[in-house]
Amino acid sequence: MSTSMTTPRTSDQVEETDRTPRRRFAMPRLLGTATDITAILILIIAVFAVLDFQSFFTAQNFTQILINAALLLVMAVGATFVLITGGVDLSVGSVLVFSGVIAAKVMELMGSAGWGASLVGILAALLAGTAWGCVNGLVITKLRVPPLIATLGSYGAAQGLAQIITNGNDMKNVPTELVDTLGFGRVLGVPILVIVALVVALIGGLVLWSTRYGRRTYAVGSNPEAARRAGINVDRHLIKVYAVAGLLAGLAGILSFAKFGTTTLAGHATDNLNVIAAVVIGGTSLFGGVGTMVGTVVGTLIPATLANGLVIVGLNSFWRDFAVGVVLVAAVYLDQLRRRSRTSR
Amino acid sequence: MTTNTPLLEAREVTKRFGAVDALRGASFQIFPGEVVALMGDNGAGKSTLIKTMCGVYAPDGGDVLFEGRSVAGRSPKEIQALGIETVYQDLALAPELDTPGNLFLGREQLMPGILGFFGVLAKSAMRQRASTVLTELSVKIKDIKAPVNTLSGGQQQSVAVARAVTWADKLVIMDEPTAALGVPQTQAVLALIRTVKESGRSVILISHSLPDVMQVADRIEVLRLGRRVAQLTAAEATEEQIVGAMTGAWTQEAAA
Repeated sequence: MSTSMTTPRTSDQVEETDRTPRRRFAMPRLLGTATDITAILILIIAVFAVLDFQSFFTAQNFTQILINAALLLVMAVGATFVLITGGVDLSVGSVLVFSGVIAAKVMELMGSAGWGASLVGILAALLAGTAWGCVNGLVITKLRVPPLIATLGSYGAAQGLAQIITNGNDMKNVPTELVDTLGFGRVLGVPILVIVALVVALIGGLVLWSTRYGRRTYAVGSNPEAARRAGINVDRHLIKVYAVAGLLAGLAGILSFAKFGTTTLAGHATDNLNVIAAVVIGGTSLFGGVGTMVGTVVGTLIPATLANGLVIVGLNSFWRDFAVGVVLVAAVYLDQLRRRSRTSR
Repeated sequence: MTTNTPLLEAREVTKRFGAVDALRGASFQIFPGEVVALMGDNGAGKSTLIKTMCGVYAPDGGDVLFEGRSVAGRSPKEIQALGIETVYQDLALAPELDTPGNLFLGREQLMPGILGFFGVLAKSAMRQRASTVLTELSVKIKDIKAPVNTLSGGQQQSVAVARAVTWADKLVIMDEPTAALGVPQTQAVLALIRTVKESGRSVILISHSLPDVMQVADRIEVLRLGRRVAQLTAAEATEEQIVGAMTGAWTQEAAA
């Protein structure tokens, strides 16, 4: 368990550890584990800017990148908490679809028009998402099913239920109020979709960095047994973390419905992997206990920037998948290097 | 030995795990301000006795008394609330958290007012308190904001002890605190134990190491096969007596 972390070293190694500065640069204080990856994002932006400054390096294009990344970012905020606890949530894409379907059904009952229907729809999506999150949390903590399997189960179940409810046909009647706000609305030129995603990331970051909830999320991922002995109710905390991940998938569901004007039944099968890739690229460790929200934002922007930039410079967007794959493996390799240099010094 | 009430006392405690009699009427006493070493061979029941006294196990028979009142069967949390903290052998630190984070694990201090209502941590207050505690215990940690897995084994041990001392008003129980440490780190931990004693708190030290025990303990209680076989004053005890009691070559009739 924690023995590898707490195994004492011999005295000469101790001396060395005490003298070696913990980190080589001053910047990491601010960015934490996200330093390297932020540099990579800046590099990517610089390369595209050099290749085609006029098309790529514009406010309009950056806004487009943010719009494309918004849904993933909302889900990635929840996944950051989940991964920091040492868990994983494969169900987010299906929960997004399921929540969108529930919202669509509820709004249909209310005529699919008007602010009343829209607000009830938003609420329904959030509730549906949270419900799935609670199911995930309960299965993981009470039935002791590993997170990978528990959420793989709800990945299938939520997708299946969404198709049962809709009979496999996408629902497309979105209230115009939702389309005009969450879908395509702008405040001072900034899409509301982007504002929502950034506010979610900001709140998520503050919660993670400055609150007891955030601190305990790290503690539970770092050493659950230590957390338990310190009087933390580990099970209850995990349920809350998965519930929040579900809530945010529900939010992504209503955003997606408003943006695309359809429940996109078949469109989110690989969201879970994209979300995990983004969070891990951002420096959050799959082993738990380590991660930052800044990293997650950067990790979400890298695939979005690559997809956008590659098309602008005239390459096929399929190259994005290849490039993201390389960046993902490189990010985890860097994480491993960092761990090795720390524990075997 | 003093005549007042023991701070913590186990009386004829029995504990079975299936077919195994882990404790067969084990007794133990510690008085306020004392350092008592609990010794015994592997399987003598030291850990079981400690876990029974701090609420992890409920005794099958016998009684556990704190300041004369029975506390047998209370939960670990209730025992902690009495001012008793345990440093386990595996330290139970969160390796990715920093020193204040570990010191306040599960007891995070919140900001006053509206920020506290939203669960915002009082990080600087906790950091200051951590620095104070570490200074009091003469523990030097270069960067208390560094994750504890970047600290040496001895320093991690110190953090675990510091956490116990921070919250234990009455008694700190240490399970083999020096077992995995080198000579200088061991001396640092023993110095820590003396500091805790000087602050008026008691320490139960589970240890295999006779030299360590002789350095810091006021008394030694020896368990063998789930029963107390000797109660010795450290200053008067000889190595032969202690080893004899642990191996069964010598039994002190009054001890059981």
